[in-house]
Amino acid sequence: MQVYDMPDARGHFGQFGGVFVAETLVEALEELRLMYEKYRHDPEFLAEFAYDLKHFVGRPSPIYHAKRLSDKIGGAQIYLKREDLNHTGAHKVNNTIGQALLAKRMGKPRVIAETGAGQHGVATATIAARLGLECVVYMGAEDVKRQAPNVFRMKLLGATVVPVESGSKTLKDALNEAMRDWVTNISDTFYIIGTVAGPHPYPMMVRDFQSVIGIEAKDQMIEMLGRQPDAIVACVGGGSNAMGIFYPYIDVPNVRLIGVEAAGHGLETGMHAAPLTANSPVGVLHGNRTYLMQDADGNIIETHSVSAGLDYPGVGPEHAWLKDIKRAEYVAITDDEAMAAFHQLCRTEGIIPALESSHALAYAEKLAKTMPKDQVILVNLSGRGDKDINTVAKLANITL
Amino acid sequence: MSRIQSTFDTLKSQHKKALVPYITAGDPHPKWTVELMHTLVKHGADMIELGVPFSDPMADGPVIQRASERALVHKMGLRKVLEMVGEFRKTDAHTPIVLMGYANPIEAMGIAQFTQLSKQMGVDGVLTVDYPPEECGAFNQALSAAGIDSIFLLSPTTEPARTDLIAQQATGFLYYVSLKGVTGAANLDIEEVKKRVAEIKTKTHLPIGVGFGVKDAATAKSVAAIADAVVVGSRMVLTIEASNEDNLIENVSKLMQELRTAIDAS
Repeated sequence: MQVYDMPDARGHFGQFGGVFVAETLVEALEELRLMYEKYRHDPEFLAEFAYDLKHFVGRPSPIYHAKRLSDKIGGAQIYLKREDLNHTGAHKVNNTIGQALLAKRMGKPRVIAETGAGQHGVATATIAARLGLECVVYMGAEDVKRQAPNVFRMKLLGATVVPVESGSKTLKDALNEAMRDWVTNISDTFYIIGTVAGPHPYPMMVRDFQSVIGIEAKDQMIEMLGRQPDAIVACVGGGSNAMGIFYPYIDVPNVRLIGVEAAGHGLETGMHAAPLTANSPVGVLHGNRTYLMQDADGNIIETHSVSAGLDYPGVGPEHAWLKDIKRAEYVAITDDEAMAAFHQLCRTEGIIPALESSHALAYAEKLAKTMPKDQVILVNLSGRGDKDINTVAKLANITL
Repeated sequence: MSRIQSTFDTLKSQHKKALVPYITAGDPHPKWTVELMHTLVKHGADMIELGVPFSDPMADGPVIQRASERALVHKMGLRKVLEMVGEFRKTDAHTPIVLMGYANPIEAMGIAQFTQLSKQMGVDGVLTVDYPPEECGAFNQALSAAGIDSIFLLSPTTEPARTDLIAQQATGFLYYVSLKGVTGAANLDIEEVKKRVAEIKTKTHLPIGVGFGVKDAATAKSVAAIADAVVVGSRMVLTIEASNEDNLIENVSKLMQELRTAIDAS
């Protein structure tokens, strides 16, 4: 059997990934690459990481059989990997702890991050507070408005939140701004990227830190059912929660891996954030080559999704690769479908999911209907929806 | 011999340093770009760096990003930039033009078409900010086949072994980024730059341009004393930004005259 072994030494997943940055960033990335190589298999580092995941985050996150939901849909059984139960309310913290521990070992007293929905910003501010690191979070001005509770959380945790007014004022612009900060403050700053995008080694490193999700799930499914699921469904913006649960399953046969992008108002309207599903062209952005939503001149176009965490014009290079080699499938769910799944889970299971995760739920429900009752779908419930109640209320014309 | 090389050779024989202003194509409006290019040459530009607007200019500071945004309002894409170079070439056959931009617009057009159009329109060099040498082998070959120079950046953090690698792939000239950070950042340490330029000179015969921090006549003068070319970007763009339709050409001319005088006095 061929063992999946990606990326190559320079971070390529086939034609995707790589290191597409200005010369001013090259040495910083090389330093990071060497340090990560040094520590990724270091027993002491891994023990410290595992300790924090257990005692600070509360891992392992349980897998829960959404029985009432499954019965209501009347098809395959839906199980949820409960990343929403992590400290800070989403999967993002798995990665920020890994990178912050690395920052500490590299002697960098200052960490910076970009954030869309605010979950990665909160997770970064959280671990920075715990480790006594200075923390600056860049957030698109538009997202600062959409995600006010998370902005306040970051401030409570001692972080400085910088609203980014350039471009479309969303996640991609926050990423641009964080890169600029990093290039200017390279000697004392560690840039904690929140998703499986960016220049090498970030896509690989973030995947590795997040793969605790899939590693746990593999054991838990055996314990619960004595077998692996028939399909795994996860939402994809940049794609970190999906890579985290997919990666340990890549070499496991007969497990479908399905990534769910944001179709926004519908793929046909052009107002979406689904570069894989919409067959966007390949391009270069944020340090890597991947599928990218762009116009004929190669400028990045504005994306749309009700969920800030999926509102990104590109996608992690490993997802682009998994699509091309047909190991994973990619589909898209509209704002309306995600909202319906959000309400359904609240009412049926007593769980308020994040709007991002609601995309995965919506597709799992569609898929379950086409499968027999003895089959199993595992959904990565990547985050909880408390942060989204303002958005949901606004859509229903309710003032809180 | 390339236009870039012969320009540097001529300047050297005259004991002069190159003044290389940067403007973003389409800023403040596409109708001004060709006239601005001629204005730059009229007042002492030896070579022009023409920025290709991009939606996500990660390596640039806020000043040059705003220039991109102003140009993009008018749908200023790579194809139009190349047409402008062709327009400029109708009346100026000797001033080298270096395109500076990001990889994605080039990839969107396709490398073959880009190099063919660049050659046809009279582009002399291409600096693609987010194409480090390891990622652009095919692109470099295509440029080389078309007789277009590949311009690369060197930064204060570039290690000596890497400087060798870059110097091997570069043609035309090397562009030393004089400080850590993005374009338009502050505080140039001229002694440090001098030391680095001297080190780079031991590894290459290519002329060295210095930029990212030349903000007035005084810094231009001190950079001219240690480098072969002085690149003025953000300062030029700020002047364009601060001008209106009535004084744009006048303000740019005045800045160019100041810079030229300072450089020639170094």
